[in-house]
Amino acid sequence: MIEKNTSGKFNGLIFIAAWLALWTCIQTWLLVQYGIPLRFAVIDAVVTQCCLMIDAYAEIMMVRFFRPTKKNSLYFLIAGAVLSLLFVNVLNTLLNFLIQDIRYLQMLKDTLLLRFVFLWLMMGFIGTAGWLWLYWKEQNEEKSQRQAAEKLLREAELSSLREQLQPHFLFNSLNSISSLVGTQPEQARKMVEQLSDFLRGTIKKESNQFVSLREELHHLQLYLDIEKIRFGHRLITNVEAEATAQEMKLPSLLLQPVLENAIKFGLYDNLGEVAIMMTARGDQNNLIVEIKNPFDPASALPKPGTGFGLSSIQRRLSLLFYRNDLLTTQQNENTFTTTIKIPQR
Amino acid sequence: MRPFLKFNKRMNVVIIDDEPLARGIVKEYLSGFPQAKLVAECSDGFEGVKAIAQHQPDLIFLDIQMPKINGFEMLELIDNPPSVIFTTAFDEYAIKAFEAYAIDYLLKPFSKERFDKAMNKGFGQKNVQLPEKLSEEAASPESQNRVVVKKGQNIVVLPVQRIHYFEAFDDYVKIHTTEGFYLKKKTMSYFQKTLEASQFVRVHRSYLLNLQELTRIEPMEKDNHVVLLKNGTRIPLSQSGYTKLRSVLGI
Repeated sequence: MIEKNTSGKFNGLIFIAAWLALWTCIQTWLLVQYGIPLRFAVIDAVVTQCCLMIDAYAEIMMVRFFRPTKKNSLYFLIAGAVLSLLFVNVLNTLLNFLIQDIRYLQMLKDTLLLRFVFLWLMMGFIGTAGWLWLYWKEQNEEKSQRQAAEKLLREAELSSLREQLQPHFLFNSLNSISSLVGTQPEQARKMVEQLSDFLRGTIKKESNQFVSLREELHHLQLYLDIEKIRFGHRLITNVEAEATAQEMKLPSLLLQPVLENAIKFGLYDNLGEVAIMMTARGDQNNLIVEIKNPFDPASALPKPGTGFGLSSIQRRLSLLFYRNDLLTTQQNENTFTTTIKIPQR
Repeated sequence: MRPFLKFNKRMNVVIIDDEPLARGIVKEYLSGFPQAKLVAECSDGFEGVKAIAQHQPDLIFLDIQMPKINGFEMLELIDNPPSVIFTTAFDEYAIKAFEAYAIDYLLKPFSKERFDKAMNKGFGQKNVQLPEKLSEEAASPESQNRVVVKKGQNIVVLPVQRIHYFEAFDDYVKIHTTEGFYLKKKTMSYFQKTLEASQFVRVHRSYLLNLQELTRIEPMEKDNHVVLLKNGTRIPLSQSGYTKLRSVLGI
């Protein structure tokens, strides 16, 4: 009855029609056995079955919108009784109108109570069946939804793992350390510490954990310090966060790949000094983080910033907040700006 | 094959890497080879091209990922390249190229022993293969989006959108753009393979066309066709090129 496609609907109608026809025949036969003329028996059976069908439909709708529970199942029983009473009255009126045979009407009057109980019983049966069917269908839907969500989560975990490994960053940092060991051992030791703190911070955090901007900025600072050692004077960074934004929450490790992306594009698309700017501010409902890096419009790759870094951030944001408009990018003149909005719950 | 170590002649070396500390460690390890003289340190490919032209080094240490142009693109700009040892952290796509082209490659961070081994390896010899033979497998991700060319002393990074078409020109390929053409020592099939097949179509043995530039296909005498470009240029279509073009355009 609640089929999805049209051919399913059509099949459902045929099924209902056949069911009605079968029971109409059975009831007709039954009535004839009790000495009712065939003509009256057919009318009686058709009207009864139609009433039963409408009654059943009402019952199923009721089950669908007000789920029976242990507590309210009594109400359903009563509702079934009321519906049955109503339809016995309708049935009586209709048959009285259609058939003006005294003998028949007497029989109708004698069997009204029986008909009522029968309808009530049928209501209980149909209601229970409908409820079971709905329950089973919902379980199935829930199961497939849960599986889809789990699959998405697994993929997100995998890709965040890949991101966190950042082999390029890691090996280059180790190379810098190796170089420093020979010339500035103290500096080398410091960089080992910074790299360890950064890696520990990366591993510790669970992917869907929310942290304050203050914590995230601390983690980012470790990253920036390491990159500054690697690239020397070329890399200039400027991080500014409003006091109001400091305690706002954001998903952990969200900003690091964005910053990494900005640094990568900034450094590999320009010669000489490169300044990366990051500002964070809060409005009533959102934390807004802006990251700017320079780029060269003459040679810039077609879509700077749709690389692995940003598309995975986009995906992560939409998984967490069910919105696709939280990450935006903008190019003007020589500046590429990535803006991330994080709704505060 | 003789090792460098037994080479009496002094050897000029250039280091090209955008990270100062990475240059530092090569410099440090290099000090163990008195016959090797460091003549220049460069922090990008532009400086590298200049330094190589100026010093004619025997050996260069070359990083791959660098600002503006990568290590491979820099090599393509040099006519008679010296021996190369690549130094890089992690470039899956590049490993094959190292094997095909360089004397050796050092994966960062590398040890002194590994460095010495590279120095002692293939020696004195120039690289067997020329840069234009650098296999298509070695095409870096960047080479899908841009072509680096040289005009006189200037190095130009061309985003592929600015290229109208490629034309075979003896050992070179003529790259036609709005502001004129550039020459590059590569093969047509290299560009055909590295560039996006949905954007660049080999319409003729000698022509590779950017579809964005196409306005019309015109019939010529006897089943022949030509392509009319937005700037008015006409390019001949071969039989197979015509078929290919029609299938790409879906007509």
